[in-house]
Amino acid sequence: MSLQGDLSSPQNYPLYIRSVPTENELKFHYTVHTSLDVVDEKISAMGKALVDQRELYLGLLYPTEDYKVYGYVTNSKVKFVMVVDSSNTALRDNEIRSMFRKLHNSYTDIMCNPSITRGQDPFQAFDTMVNSMMMQVC
Amino acid sequence: MTPPTHWDFPVELCCRPMAFVTLTGLDVVYNAVHRAVWDAFCANRRADRVPISFKVLPGDHEYPKCRTKRTSYEWYIPKGILKTGWMNKHLNLVPALVVVFYELDWDEPQWKEKQLECATRVEIVRQSLQGRNTKVAVVLIQKKTPLPPGEDVIASERAAALCNACDLSGKSLFVLPHTDHLVGYIIRLENAFYEHAQTYYYTEIRRVKSHKEFLNKTTHQLLFVRHQFKIAFFSELKQDTQNALKNYRTAYNLVHELRAHETNILEIKTMAGFINYKICRLCFQHNTPLDAIAQFRKHIDLCKKKIGSAELAFEHAAWMSKQFQAFGDLFDEAIKLGLTAIQTQNPGFYYQQAAYYAQERKQLASMLCNHDSSVTYPSPDPLETPTGVLDFYGQRPWRQGILSFDLSDPEKEKMGILSLQLKEKNVLHSELIITLLSNAVAQFKKYKCPRMKSHLMVQMGEEYYYAKDYAKALKLLDYVMCEYRSEGWWTLLTSILTTALKCSYLMAQLKDYITYSLELLGRASTLKEDQKSRIEKNLIKVLMNESPDPEPDCDTAAVKASQKLWADRVSLAGSNIFTIEVQDFIPFVQCKAKFLAPSFHVDVPVQFDVYLRADCPHPIRFSKLCISFNNQDYNQYCVVEEAYQKSDILEQSSQGTMCLVPGKTRKFSFKFVAKTEDVGKKIEITSVDLILGSESGRLIARKVPNISVQLRHEPPALTNEMYCLIVTVESHEETVAKDVKLTAGLKPGQDANLTQKTQVTLHGTDACDDSFPALLPDIPVGDLQPGEKLEKPIYIRCGTVGARMFLFYISYLINTVVEGKEILCRCHRDETVTIDTVFPFDVAVKFVSTKLEHLDRVFADIPFLLMTDILSASPWPITIVTSQLQLSASMTPVDQLESYVGNVVLQTGESASECFCLRCPPVTNASGVATGCYVISWKRSSPVESVPVVNTIITLPHVIVESIPLHVNADLPSFGRVRESLPVRYHLQNKTNLVQDVEVSVEPSDAFMFSGLKQIRLRILPGMQQEMLYNFYPLMAGYQQLPSLHVNLMRFPNFTNQLLRRFIPTNIFVKVRL
Repeated sequence: MSLQGDLSSPQNYPLYIRSVPTENELKFHYTVHTSLDVVDEKISAMGKALVDQRELYLGLLYPTEDYKVYGYVTNSKVKFVMVVDSSNTALRDNEIRSMFRKLHNSYTDIMCNPSITRGQDPFQAFDTMVNSMMMQVC
Repeated sequence: MTPPTHWDFPVELCCRPMAFVTLTGLDVVYNAVHRAVWDAFCANRRADRVPISFKVLPGDHEYPKCRTKRTSYEWYIPKGILKTGWMNKHLNLVPALVVVFYELDWDEPQWKEKQLECATRVEIVRQSLQGRNTKVAVVLIQKKTPLPPGEDVIASERAAALCNACDLSGKSLFVLPHTDHLVGYIIRLENAFYEHAQTYYYTEIRRVKSHKEFLNKTTHQLLFVRHQFKIAFFSELKQDTQNALKNYRTAYNLVHELRAHETNILEIKTMAGFINYKICRLCFQHNTPLDAIAQFRKHIDLCKKKIGSAELAFEHAAWMSKQFQAFGDLFDEAIKLGLTAIQTQNPGFYYQQAAYYAQERKQLASMLCNHDSSVTYPSPDPLETPTGVLDFYGQRPWRQGILSFDLSDPEKEKMGILSLQLKEKNVLHSELIITLLSNAVAQFKKYKCPRMKSHLMVQMGEEYYYAKDYAKALKLLDYVMCEYRSEGWWTLLTSILTTALKCSYLMAQLKDYITYSLELLGRASTLKEDQKSRIEKNLIKVLMNESPDPEPDCDTAAVKASQKLWADRVSLAGSNIFTIEVQDFIPFVQCKAKFLAPSFHVDVPVQFDVYLRADCPHPIRFSKLCISFNNQDYNQYCVVEEAYQKSDILEQSSQGTMCLVPGKTRKFSFKFVAKTEDVGKKIEITSVDLILGSESGRLIARKVPNISVQLRHEPPALTNEMYCLIVTVESHEETVAKDVKLTAGLKPGQDANLTQKTQVTLHGTDACDDSFPALLPDIPVGDLQPGEKLEKPIYIRCGTVGARMFLFYISYLINTVVEGKEILCRCHRDETVTIDTVFPFDVAVKFVSTKLEHLDRVFADIPFLLMTDILSASPWPITIVTSQLQLSASMTPVDQLESYVGNVVLQTGESASECFCLRCPPVTNASGVATGCYVISWKRSSPVESVPVVNTIITLPHVIVESIPLHVNADLPSFGRVRESLPVRYHLQNKTNLVQDVEVSVEPSDAFMFSGLKQIRLRILPGMQQEMLYNFYPLMAGYQQLPSLHVNLMRFPNFTNQLLRRFIPTNIFVKVRL
């Protein structure tokens, strides 16, 4: 079973990537990167709709042979991407959605934390949260 | 010979099945008529022609023999699912219909002989088709145009006779007159053939179906699939695609019900693949792409795990790859025929997956087929079969038709596997993978997936690298690198760079090698320290003209070849100067250049610092640092050079100025004297040549001007006034300031509208118009002696309110001495000032009735008042010189229009009002009548007489004019006295063209007694008026309510007393009696 969490900025550079297990990490990086195509497309499609009422959760971006890729985008266009093993049937849409929400909350907490100084890795706290989340599902 | 690969789809599977009809008796080589007939059949077959495949055969052609009909299936054990020849047989060998062409006219003199010959020909064909249901038809080629049916008696007689002789039904005999309308006849003929063919395939389907009842589930499992497939295939030939699809689906399910074992899994998969292909193809044809996709997914899920023999696992990967590729092809074909695909569901994904399986195949093959070179291909070849072809699809050539799951001959099996493995070894995997990847790239490009495209191109590049085509690999990788760089995916970039570095090493591409090394050593690279260290050492080797160490994990043979290349290159010393632009990536030295001040005066040297910091693991030393400027004359002043021994390059020495220690920032300071010709220009560092590029720009300023500029004015400016601004220039220079010039006006670069609405002039006495410029450039002022002061008034007119920036720019020439050199300097000083413009006053206009009540509309012919109110908003006192009401034609004044506000001085917040009595004649225009304009002439209050007067024109609002049927006005004194008679005269005026009945009544009031008509009904003629006289007798003092007059109009029920109140007074002041 494998699971991958990723956080990507409005300019699409990666802020945080983590994958379990760690082998074949490069492939996951590519999967996440390519999934941004779909995210971009979805965002631009949504841009035409009402911006305020839009749903942050983008749903299943596209299914690959072995993985499912889910996306989530915040109002400030920070993207969250999750890659889940296709065989993992325990993770339904609702679970994924709530996981994203958790990630988002945690991310906002970090960004709002005034005590993080320059040079300090802001994603340490995030890491703990992601770890515990991955523990639960894997 | 076995087919090239047993997972390739045979052509007969992939083509569109069409009814097969053979034409006999045509001599297409020597007979021009026959040739023309044949051409009409086969040339130019467009989509609207019936789907038949025609073939010309000789009359005595031997068709495949029909096997004797099985009467019982009881002892029959099938040897496989589908014979390899079966589809081809029914597509190209066994016709649905044989047509016998025969030249015979109805009036043929030797009819009997000819008829006999024809019957013989038909008989020969029948003989050859023994046992088959194939239809036979006869076409008579005739020279004469036939008469309409029924008219030619001989024809119908002879036709019946011929049918009889040939044992044909009347429907199978056709006549083809060889006339001008050949194609038309042919089309009619082939439509008839098509019907016959459909009947044939229908009977074939029935025949196959009839076998079903003899089958049993245990021994005939294979036959269930075979029959189902055949039914579906015949349905396709019959062009009944709906039923074909249905039957293929059943067949597909049956295939998966078969007992699978390692020995027959290939056969099952092959058949499943075939049937799946057919289903998907038909789904796309029926325009149900989602069904096709669903079927394909199901197929893949079912077959993914059916790997079969572990030693031949690469076969499974190849098969999977083929499945995806075929589906991608089908999908793509459907799109070309009009289907629309989307970003997340397009053929690209299938090609990509096909490529992925092809890669897996390559991996498995390299693992399973790494036989020693001593292993030779087995002899006799286990892949040879006696007939040269396989009997059944998907079977092993060395054990055809054996259904047992046990391997009867393990040795033979081993040899078979070995031969397959050895064959696989020779497959050019990379080529297959690259083709699939480039297919996928083309698709993703179409469906807006730039990142997916890049990813696939990286894979292609890597595949070229494995295929040892390093040049192509490098080209692809280099192309996509910037995309990853710009999006900051450093992990991915590092991986790409690593491959690119290997390629450049193996090709001994010096410049590329250095470029990639630089980037891999940089901060952005995610390589481990030891790797970076290795790369840095290699880089230094290259810089010292030595061959670098090979990159890890490279093909040994390629490394050998490249070492030779490197050696050659090293010997060609001298051509090794490369300029590498590092603007676009993050190299291993960070560089920052900084001028010490934003601008430098020409008499002070320009100073700047360059900071360098290395990110590589080892200290590195440069021989030279030089800075280039946009003015290249300065370059010579900014060079740091240091000679050192070759061996020192990695030595850590704190003395060496040019040695960069990792993580430490080193500062280099430079200074130079700027040239006077660069005064006012930008000096730009265009590049820092080390390895790094960076840009920054700074301005060289002029000498400090030694004059002062003062502005005297009274802001804010008022709209449209001639705003006076006095500029005072005082020279503090020690010598004469020559050629002093003043530029004054609106600072350029603001809103374009401001330029239109701002005028500047030197002459304030007369108002300027729009033609005046917004900026007065270079007004010559003359020379300024040291200490001399100069005043210059500037007048500005601002047409709109808002803030404006004004520029006052004094320039002059002066002689000055710098470091012993005398230079003539043009100095300048500028002063900007922001001036707000405000309205001098607000004008409020309102319409009131003669009773001073507010009116939202006026009544025709009834006088009303126009009141204007000028409220000063200016912080400075203003003088209203005069005012003037300019009425429009539709308004007439009741009395003289003279200004009451002439020469009034208004302080801030004070207001001046005046009022004009007007009348408006009746109009038809309901939307409103223009009133006119109000012109106010004013100026800023000032003791100076010369201040020009400004005329401000205010357009008065439109007013709605309404007509009323009756106008009442009252004549009464301005006050009354208690117990003194108060005569009141009411005038009732009919404003309509009708005679009006008027009811007038007066309601008593407590404060008055009165005499006069209390209630009366009267008539007023059009345009006439009636007077009513009353004597009121006030009883109480004070502001008393008058007895109220009520008027009721019979014709105008809308005329209310409310309206009346507007015209007549309701109250009067009653004084006490003296």
